[in-house]
Amino acid sequence: MVPIRLWRLPKQDFSELMGYFRAVYRADERSPRSLHLTAEAIAMNPGNYTVWHFRRLILEALNVDLHDELNFLDNIAESNTKNYQIWHHRRWVAQKLGTDAANKELEFTRKIISLDSKNYHAWSHRQWVLQALGGWEDELDYCHELLKEDVFNNSAWNQRYFVITRSPLLGGLKSMRESEVNYTVEAILAHPENESSWRYLRGLYAGDTQSWIIAPQVSSVCLKVLGSRINFVFALSTLLDLLSHGFPSTQAFRDAVDALRVPDDNQTDSNLAKTACLILERVDPIRVNYWLWQKSKLPQ
Amino acid sequence: MEAPVLEKLTETQQNQRMVEYEVARIYDFFLRAPRSAQEFMLELQRENHIEYLTNGLNHLGPSFRVLDANRPWICYWILHSIALLGDSVDAELEARAIDFLNRCQDSSGGYGGGPGQLPHLATTYAAVNSLVTLGSHEALSSINRHKLYTFLLQMKHPSGGFRMHDQGEIDVRACYTAISVASILNILDDELVQNVGNYIQSCQTFEGGIAGEPGSEAHGGYTFCGLATLILINEVHRLDLRSLLDWVVFRQAGLECGFQGRTNKLVDGCYSFWQGGVCSLLKRLSLDIDEQSVQPDAREGSSFDNLSTGADTSRKVNYNDVGYEFIEKHPSSQPLFNSLALQQYILLCAQVPEGGLRDKPGKPKDYYHTCYCLSGLSLCQYSSSNEDSPPLPQAVAGPYSNLLEPVHPLYNVVFERAIEALDFFRGK
Repeated sequence: MVPIRLWRLPKQDFSELMGYFRAVYRADERSPRSLHLTAEAIAMNPGNYTVWHFRRLILEALNVDLHDELNFLDNIAESNTKNYQIWHHRRWVAQKLGTDAANKELEFTRKIISLDSKNYHAWSHRQWVLQALGGWEDELDYCHELLKEDVFNNSAWNQRYFVITRSPLLGGLKSMRESEVNYTVEAILAHPENESSWRYLRGLYAGDTQSWIIAPQVSSVCLKVLGSRINFVFALSTLLDLLSHGFPSTQAFRDAVDALRVPDDNQTDSNLAKTACLILERVDPIRVNYWLWQKSKLPQ
Repeated sequence: MEAPVLEKLTETQQNQRMVEYEVARIYDFFLRAPRSAQEFMLELQRENHIEYLTNGLNHLGPSFRVLDANRPWICYWILHSIALLGDSVDAELEARAIDFLNRCQDSSGGYGGGPGQLPHLATTYAAVNSLVTLGSHEALSSINRHKLYTFLLQMKHPSGGFRMHDQGEIDVRACYTAISVASILNILDDELVQNVGNYIQSCQTFEGGIAGEPGSEAHGGYTFCGLATLILINEVHRLDLRSLLDWVVFRQAGLECGFQGRTNKLVDGCYSFWQGGVCSLLKRLSLDIDEQSVQPDAREGSSFDNLSTGADTSRKVNYNDVGYEFIEKHPSSQPLFNSLALQQYILLCAQVPEGGLRDKPGKPKDYYHTCYCLSGLSLCQYSSSNEDSPPLPQAVAGPYSNLLEPVHPLYNVVFERAIEALDFFRGK
């Protein structure tokens, strides 16, 4: 035993506390008082991964009820939601508790996400819980709920993609595609300036360019947005992507794109992709080099 | 200008409008200011930044408690920033830094967040980059490379990823920090590289960027880490570079001119380096992007697996040459992002004239943001030239005296120091 009195810690400064910690850590003393000391050290600095690591060794040695450990974590997590160590520890505890912990963990992440809808750690933890412990049943509804509240929440779109591609309860990307395309097209038409929904739409055809270029919903949503003549950057860049994969341009697209030109775009070009690049250079000047680069890569 | 109306907007839209409003106010003020005031506003306040940084090294006071497991990071952020500004610390401070980092070095290899702490990959990266930045013989030879190699192997996970520390989390950051130090110290070999490419590839998302772990959201920090790792192990063809490029150029915000970390998130000065770094790495890979464009379906299905294994076995790679060879790939003339616009964001919105740089207006300065804003500024300044030749005046926003030292884009240490370290360890 390390000869220090720690049972009732007086208010002490950080360095003193860490001095005690280092003593029990070096002596590898896996005792209740060491466990208590790790809690104190964590309260002072939840980023100290060595303390967390030692705490796990003690928890294992003392065979502590890990439900208590989850409660301990609940108390410090809410003020430290961007701390790697707490989330890693939580994963370790939940893993040990097994499927019993699934509901509590889904509830917990839901709570964090309700406070901070794009918390990266909370989302990663939630994905891990679903994959390791289950609880997929309501996940698509949950995504819908979040997107209804804020359709610009890219983390919710990412989660939706995670669910439709990985949920064992759904049939995978191909079987979900049609209904997801319809859902996404509706979101795009409501907010054509929302990049998240456009990227999601493209993602629904990942690894299947052939279906991407022949999908009537895709070309029709592009055409509709181009026809509206506002917020059309993503529609035009999607058209460019389609064309680069062999999408046959139609008169309707040529007309829609022509209508976006201004007198300054005097370079007349019969090549639709090139015209699209010219318009994007003007309406999206922050990316002018990218559109010039795209244009330079077009087949002559 | 009127304050934005916030009714009926979603949370994302509200936050975005508020930042746009704040930034627009700054740009508006700048545009209306007389020429002399404009020149002053665009000036990098070198002396003030150096003072802020040097103070940080001298007084790592009690407010740094939360970073107590992060001290090598503070060393790196400060030392690298000072080096970017073309300055260096005096002999006494250098000796103290070497001594401190040496006390963070674990007897069985690697560096912890402070003396007596478990060795950790991120703090190992920070410590090694700090020592490379100091650059002296004492600094470089204080690193126990053989034990460090053993530590890296111990952190390796069968999935191809690395753990941050003993039983720690596995993610793309861990891969990058492990591979980056191994590369610069000339200890990278097949055993360390095994399956790393699989792991990073599995983290590229449908958006095009790279996530921290498979399934998560594409994110600037992880995208830099993933791309740099794959370049260092010569397996960049595993990524869909075209979609990566499309994702990253869209991270630069049209009004604010800075980079955001994820789709529909707010700009943050630190992504000037993470996303700007991805852009500059991709620019040097433009030939590889072209190759993928010729066969757009090459990555789909099993044909891609054949492609990647074919490329891997066709020639034996000397990993430790990558740090040299990559920078010899001369970039085509224009950057893929808007370099002047980004410099404008860094100088007018992220710079605190009294010293230090920050995330965005209204946020406090800190060493992390100072380091990555300055690193990003340097990337911008050299984005139309090469690290070994001075850029043209029109590539540098503000007075030419704003020019920083160039960085090696794979390691993020000052270019010359990276080359010196590569030379130093090459003979070992």
